[in-house]
Amino acid sequence: MPFGDAHNQVKMKFSSEEEYPDLSNQHNNHMAKYLTPAMYRQLRERATPNGFTVDGVIQTGVDNPGHPFIMTVGCVAGDEETYEVFKELLDPVIEDRHGGYKPSDKHKTDLTSSNLKGGDDLDPDYVLSSRVRTGRSVRGFCLPPHCSRGERRAVEKLSIEALASLSGDLNGKYYALKNMTDAEQQQLIDDHFLFDKPVSPLLLSSGMGRDWPDARGIWHNDNKTFLVWVNEEDHLRVISMQKGGNMKEVFNRFCTGLTKIETLFKERNHAFMWNEHLGYVLTCPSNLGTGLRAGVHVKLPNMSKNAKFEEVLKKLRLQKRGTGGVDTAAVGGVFDISNADRLGFSEVELVQMVVDGVKLLVEMEKKLEKGQSIDDIMPAQK
Amino acid sequence: MPFGNTHNNFKLNYKVEDEFPDLSKHNNHMAKILTKELYGKIRDRQTPSGYTLDDVIQTGVDNPGHPFIMTVGCVAGDEESYEVFKELLDPVISDRHGGYKPSDKHKTDLNFENLKGGDDLDPNYVLSSRVRTGRSIKGFTLPPHNSRGERRAIEKLSVEALTSLDGEFKGKYYPLKSMTDAEQEQLISDHFLFDKPVSPLLTCAGMARDWPDGRGIMHNDNKTFLVWVNEEDHLRVISMQPGGNMREVFKRFCVGLQKIEEIFKKHNHGFMWNEHLGYILTCPSNLGTGLRGGVHVKLPKLSTHAKFDEILTRLRLQKRGTGGVDTASVGGVFDISNADRLGSSEVAQVQLVVDGVKLMVEMEKKLEKGEAIDSMIPAQK
Repeated sequence: MPFGDAHNQVKMKFSSEEEYPDLSNQHNNHMAKYLTPAMYRQLRERATPNGFTVDGVIQTGVDNPGHPFIMTVGCVAGDEETYEVFKELLDPVIEDRHGGYKPSDKHKTDLTSSNLKGGDDLDPDYVLSSRVRTGRSVRGFCLPPHCSRGERRAVEKLSIEALASLSGDLNGKYYALKNMTDAEQQQLIDDHFLFDKPVSPLLLSSGMGRDWPDARGIWHNDNKTFLVWVNEEDHLRVISMQKGGNMKEVFNRFCTGLTKIETLFKERNHAFMWNEHLGYVLTCPSNLGTGLRAGVHVKLPNMSKNAKFEEVLKKLRLQKRGTGGVDTAAVGGVFDISNADRLGFSEVELVQMVVDGVKLLVEMEKKLEKGQSIDDIMPAQK
Repeated sequence: MPFGNTHNNFKLNYKVEDEFPDLSKHNNHMAKILTKELYGKIRDRQTPSGYTLDDVIQTGVDNPGHPFIMTVGCVAGDEESYEVFKELLDPVISDRHGGYKPSDKHKTDLNFENLKGGDDLDPNYVLSSRVRTGRSIKGFTLPPHNSRGERRAIEKLSVEALTSLDGEFKGKYYPLKSMTDAEQEQLISDHFLFDKPVSPLLTCAGMARDWPDGRGIMHNDNKTFLVWVNEEDHLRVISMQPGGNMREVFKRFCVGLQKIEEIFKKHNHGFMWNEHLGYILTCPSNLGTGLRGGVHVKLPKLSTHAKFDEILTRLRLQKRGTGGVDTASVGGVFDISNADRLGSSEVAQVQLVVDGVKLMVEMEKKLEKGEAIDSMIPAQK
């Protein structure tokens, strides 16, 4: 936990070459791609107002070389200012990760769910469940890689206050991780709501597991369709979900709930971190913009074996995962299909892509079931 | 990663109650000593290299410990940690090292000739003998805190020092990051290879950062002298061989260590040492000699005797499984070593092992013959 200013001064006695990380050992992540020795020499002199330095930004990418097939991000933000102070590194990482998004581009936020067309009629024989999640950072606090216990607890306190004032469909309860009863824990596991201490070295190397489980918790509404994680990988993770294919309803609840929560935080002088270039500011550069992943669990046993499956997904700007979430395999032909983009498209646009794309994929599945070809309904690149 | 002076000063805006860790379910030395008042008193300090109280205690906050095993729960980030945070570390040291007081002086004795006997432990029972210690190099911060530049400088100095050794110490250095598969296989078969730490006790303290950069293993051609570079300490030095000739193992240990220390001194980087704490290491449990001298010894009968643990306590020895710390014994073979580190010298500690193991082997032989060992139970050393 050494990377504060005083140690930064000690490190400055060593030349930049002596401090520059060895990224040649099969490193394959966005950070390793862009961090040249010259860039490191320039950035290592700086620190954000809260004392986050370039070594803090890149530690996770140094410690976790990555995978030949999966391009991880390899860097994180420790506070809102990170994206500005270390822009020489983060701008190219963002551009590479988010399809060419330029430093001058503006991001559009649209959380007006009535702008979504359709989405209430995905075939429940195929679409087993629908879910939308995003993250939010609370302005005025450092992010999970860098925050202190005091900051984390303050975020928790604000969150509990805000969430406790929700009502109606959003009436719910907060469960702090550190004093959960066994019964509560079991119930949350059965509901697939419980999050555990991170084990992924991608997260641990950046310091996000510190002080676990202090100030971490889960809030959910009585109906179990709206869920908020406090102080996991981001200050807040907000999830709306339900069985079946009514993505419209899921997205509606998502937008309503988020907007209400944001209002409550603003009233307490702690708005969400947002700017017109990067949209919502989150810990991982991959989650900038909307931070939104909208997806379904959908049965596509025939489609997924079709030679054109990957191509279709790409054209629809969708990605597949196993039903255990990121880095898991599909089971029984059931896939998690979600939007691939986060930044440069609005929330409504991304959910629209999922709704339209999944509708098409289910049509294709039905055709393949009947032994028919899908060539005539291949989509253009979105 | 976060606790440098800017962020430390920023945290002072939060009340002590808000920053003080929740230690209510914790069982480690740090949690036992660190009250809210103490935290409030020393939280605004930092060492010259920027190490703060939160850095010292992070591993103990993240790892509550075990009801039966009392872990230390704090680490040093540099030599100055032991001074700047003495209000915490002195009581931890006292608790861990049998009441060692802030005013006590530690004696260093690496003169192997002062060891009596130790060359005749019965090889039918004593399968192998080993002595290890750690050393920290003055002028650099310690593994929880050091930068890549510092770690590489330590490696460079170490490689120079170690590859200049000759005679029975002549050997080769294998950096972890450029080891061939064949070399790796060989080091594993020799039981020399150390791996990236997985223990959260170490990873939470930041010791695995940048792995495997700057880490490596040197061993002599005879495979009886081994040095780990930049694992949990700057250097870990190990002398070992099959059989019961602890005297020879200790001689090689002392001679090798002194040769290495001379070379480092020539480069103006002696080992961290002071007359109160002896050799300064990352974990407070390894202060003093940092020495663990031990044997793998067959004690199937004695180990099941009702008084086994009592005998060990009286002899100031501890038992482990043959996989090292926190492993179980297999086939009645135990790792028996000195329990103390601080407050007695290297010679004294190895003497305890030599004398104690000799006695236990005698006891084992008696029990084999169906005889009682009550008359042999030792007094408290």
